[in-house]
Amino acid sequence: MAESDLALLQERFEYLTERASADHPAVNCPADKLIELCTALRDEFEYDMLIDVTAIDWDAQSPRFTGVYHFLSTTKHEYLRVAADCTDDINPVLPSLCGLYAAADWHERETFDLMGIRYQDHPDLRRILMWDDYPYHPLRKEFPLAGIETPLPAADVAEQTGASLIAAPMMGGPFVSSGDGPMSQTEPRARDESWTENKQKPSD
Amino acid sequence: MDQKTLAYDSKVEGEVIVTQADAVINWIRKHSVWPMPMGLACCAIELMAAGGSRFDMARFGMEVMRFSPRQADCMIVAGTVTYKMAEVVRRIYEQMAEPKWVVAMGACASTGGMYRSYATMQGVDRIIPVDVYVSGCPPRPEALLDAMIKLQDKIGRESAVKNLTAATASKRAAAPELAGAGKDY
Repeated sequence: MAESDLALLQERFEYLTERASADHPAVNCPADKLIELCTALRDEFEYDMLIDVTAIDWDAQSPRFTGVYHFLSTTKHEYLRVAADCTDDINPVLPSLCGLYAAADWHERETFDLMGIRYQDHPDLRRILMWDDYPYHPLRKEFPLAGIETPLPAADVAEQTGASLIAAPMMGGPFVSSGDGPMSQTEPRARDESWTENKQKPSD
Repeated sequence: MDQKTLAYDSKVEGEVIVTQADAVINWIRKHSVWPMPMGLACCAIELMAAGGSRFDMARFGMEVMRFSPRQADCMIVAGTVTYKMAEVVRRIYEQMAEPKWVVAMGACASTGGMYRSYATMQGVDRIIPVDVYVSGCPPRPEALLDAMIKLQDKIGRESAVKNLTAATASKRAAAPELAGAGKDY
């Protein structure tokens, strides 16, 4: 079913290219055609549910940011992935799908918060996880996992306590589970415990 | 134990009990700890278990869980404190009436735990003064009970009268020390 959908889509929208995918059918779509494509997906191809909106940061490559959308057809029980490259690497912009799918609202706010992609015509594009004045987009490649020193959102609490957002001590981390073996031995821990912030990593 | 322990022998002392104000005040306080659950993550589930019938915190005189800071005197911070939540935790702490105590339950509340990341406060002791830290991820209810009993011991050793008069003299209690304030690694 979905294979034919893919063929039908490509036939109808000549700008679509098939995207390499390990699981479900996927297409690349230019950002300015996204609304047109998604309208057809919803109204004609029965992809009535927007499962996920996310993005990829390709770091040094250009285009740097790719928006990724996952659709589900609840009648055909098929998934479809749509990827759209942002043309601008410095201020990435994508059209908002809020007008088509209500689910896009918070998903796009999250992607804006963590990746810094602005969704045009989004009704309420505020941060959703970090606080409004937070200056960074933490899932971008250049952002360190430990964080960057920033004042606390509440000025009076910061003043009373002297606390601020500090770069978290990684202590050889990040803390990850090895994943295999009995649960008692796979608790998340630092892979490389030879260094801490106080005891520098021995240089190779 | 020490001189502050109440000792009363009706045959010798009749209807008179002689003791110290500290001993009486601390005795009252430590046996009526009203905790407030600051349940922020999975530790809160163990906290609920500690309050439930199997582990039963009521056995130690602290079963009156209050969900309003105005009616509580012990905040149990159970879970991961994010920087965004830190403000809320601090404000709720400020709303509690004196005297008040804080238990940091679990690795996250104590140190940030496994969340060494941009979003997680590395220990709630950076913004509120913590009396007892509980290790574990999450701690078992027994560990929390042990911590609460340790807190009772700590309350029992306080100089209640001195603290009260000092608070009256300066119109305001001296701000307790933040163990984690300005800590770098």
